[in-house]
Amino acid sequence: MNFARLMTSLACTALVAAAPLAAHAQADKPFKIGVPTFLSGAAAGPFGIPAKNAAEIFAAAANAGELPAPYDKKGFGGRPIELVVIDEAGGTTKQVSEFRNLVEQQGVDMVVGYTSSGDCLAVAPVAEEMKTLTLFFDCGTPRIFEAADYQYVFRPVATATMDNVGAALYVSEKLPEFKSYAGINQNYAWGQDAWADFEGTLKSAKPDAKLTTSQMPKLGAGQYNAEISAILGSKPDVVHSSFWGGDLEGLILQGAPRGLFKNSVVVLTSGETALHRQAKQIPDGTIIGARGPNGIFAPENTYNTWFRKAYNDKTKEWPSYPSYHMVQSLMAAKLAYEKAQGGDAAKVPTKEDVAKALTGLSFEGPSGKVEMSLGKGHQAVQEMVYGRVKKDADGNIGFVDVVRYAPERVNPPEGVSSADWIKAGLKAAN
Amino acid sequence: MNGLLGAVVDGILYSAWLFIIAVGLTLIYGVMKILNMAHGTFYAVGAYVAVTLLGWWFAQGLPPWGIVPVMILSALVAGLVLGVVVERGILARFAGRDPIVLLLVTYALFLILEDVIKLIWGVDPWIASDPLWVFGQVEFGELIYPTYNLFIVVVAAVVGGLLTWFLQFTAKGKILRAVIHDPEVSRSMGINVGRWNLIAFITGSVLAALGGAFTAPTISVVPGMGVEVVVMMFAVVVIGGLGSIPGTVVGALIVGFVRSFAVHYWPELEVFSVYAVMALVLAIRPQGLFAGVELRKI
Repeated sequence: MNFARLMTSLACTALVAAAPLAAHAQADKPFKIGVPTFLSGAAAGPFGIPAKNAAEIFAAAANAGELPAPYDKKGFGGRPIELVVIDEAGGTTKQVSEFRNLVEQQGVDMVVGYTSSGDCLAVAPVAEEMKTLTLFFDCGTPRIFEAADYQYVFRPVATATMDNVGAALYVSEKLPEFKSYAGINQNYAWGQDAWADFEGTLKSAKPDAKLTTSQMPKLGAGQYNAEISAILGSKPDVVHSSFWGGDLEGLILQGAPRGLFKNSVVVLTSGETALHRQAKQIPDGTIIGARGPNGIFAPENTYNTWFRKAYNDKTKEWPSYPSYHMVQSLMAAKLAYEKAQGGDAAKVPTKEDVAKALTGLSFEGPSGKVEMSLGKGHQAVQEMVYGRVKKDADGNIGFVDVVRYAPERVNPPEGVSSADWIKAGLKAAN
Repeated sequence: MNGLLGAVVDGILYSAWLFIIAVGLTLIYGVMKILNMAHGTFYAVGAYVAVTLLGWWFAQGLPPWGIVPVMILSALVAGLVLGVVVERGILARFAGRDPIVLLLVTYALFLILEDVIKLIWGVDPWIASDPLWVFGQVEFGELIYPTYNLFIVVVAAVVGGLLTWFLQFTAKGKILRAVIHDPEVSRSMGINVGRWNLIAFITGSVLAALGGAFTAPTISVVPGMGVEVVVMMFAVVVIGGLGSIPGTVVGALIVGFVRSFAVHYWPELEVFSVYAVMALVLAIRPQGLFAGVELRKI
């Protein structure tokens, strides 16, 4: 009997002694982040690889404690960051399987990824079902948080609504004399939504402007001679395009020698990614967007200075907007994790604690201020910037007529869908 | 009037581009009865080789007139290497196997070659657009086109002419037609069918690469660029009839003009129009417009 009591006492003592050790071991365990981003296909070059580079730069700097304050604690609240980068190519079914694999097989603590809106829409309910903290870093569709409520899903970058609302406001204000417009957008959700938002905003911002033609070629079509002819023949004053990647570069290559950029003012809402390779082909006067205050439109602040230098040191190139989106999302995650620790570096916060800290978060990153103010605190807004290309004598690209739109001017108010807000003439914004 | 002229010019340009690539696909099918799923990737390799050589050419400050030989050389190198390696190294080993097996083999090849492209050229886009500018522009009504775009029409006409001359007016062409018509009887007549398979496959590969090489200056050369192309090529050869060269001419013209007129007059039907025509042709003549009716062997 005495022996049994002795053993019980010893076991209890061992358990009590081991508890802090276990907590300590958990606190030292790497924080695994799954990063699905395009590593193959047409979206890899302009989006996936820059985003992967940004994630690696962030992880290395965070692990070394070299990020600017308040991100200067090592890792995630002291836990070293470990990235699990996977390819986003292959479609939504594959991505849902890959997501499950990341969580169940790889044991990631968080997922930060996805450029395709289709992938985001497909993964969001699965992430919620699996109770996995998931931050979408680049997809644009506003429908994610307008159509459903989530506890574990966030997007610390703005939706594409502000790209196209901003573009319509910009041409209405900067080109008051324009009378007609045309569009060339890819024939899938991204292009159709972009065109609907641009055209819908023009209906209230410039009601007398007439549509000449709306071209919707297939994604990845490559050949745009017929579309360019149709646009040139319809003689619009303004041409809107949300083309991205190889399609965007193809449009510039084929349109420039045919006078598309000379005869009309062309608005490229995602044009910033093409600047890095096509400075020579993009003519003066082209209106360029960077999906927020990213890249060439990023403000001068400590975070941007650090990021540009770190990115250039690693890749010998300057960062484009997908890389800004990635680093911004990771900063949000790190800040929320450390906020959830409540100053106790040994504490390992629960997923629910981190989700609570992310909800409604306000923070500064390389592209300035970010506020998670839509989608019940799960969706970020930022300012939107547009400018017109003006090259110097050596052909280096600069910008004139740069306009920065405050977030509330180009994003719907909380509780109102983008489509309804645009249909109502952006009334809640004024 | 300008709209009509634009639609016609764009239709010709697009048809020419389709023909150069699709005729290689149909030639390979005609001779070897292989539907080459990797044909679009051969097109992509031609584009990558061309954009690499063009970049080097302009970096050396060499004269712009030399780019046409450079692009032809790119296509020859890419097509020859791919043709020999793939036909001798892989397809010859599957000779006589079920067509479905061969289809799967070429699909596997497509996946492998897509990764080989990424291994060699990376995932960043490659651009060599100087040829679009150095030859000036031509005007059709109010529309301006780079003179370079007309090169593709010339290439298509030369390719079509050479193939017709070879097949119709030379002794070797007659042998090839015999192989297309019936390989078994050709073999019994002493024709080396295996050698003709190799020649046809290399020629088809060179034509795909030629299409890629001449397209390269007008596009951003990126991984996966061959996927969309091969889908459109299948539409062309299905409409014209698999294995029929005149059918490919007609198929390319139908697809090119239908798409161009849709873009100019009914842009919302652009994507639908090509496949609607294809479905209509398949409903009326499942073997395509120009292919003969095949006897079912029981």
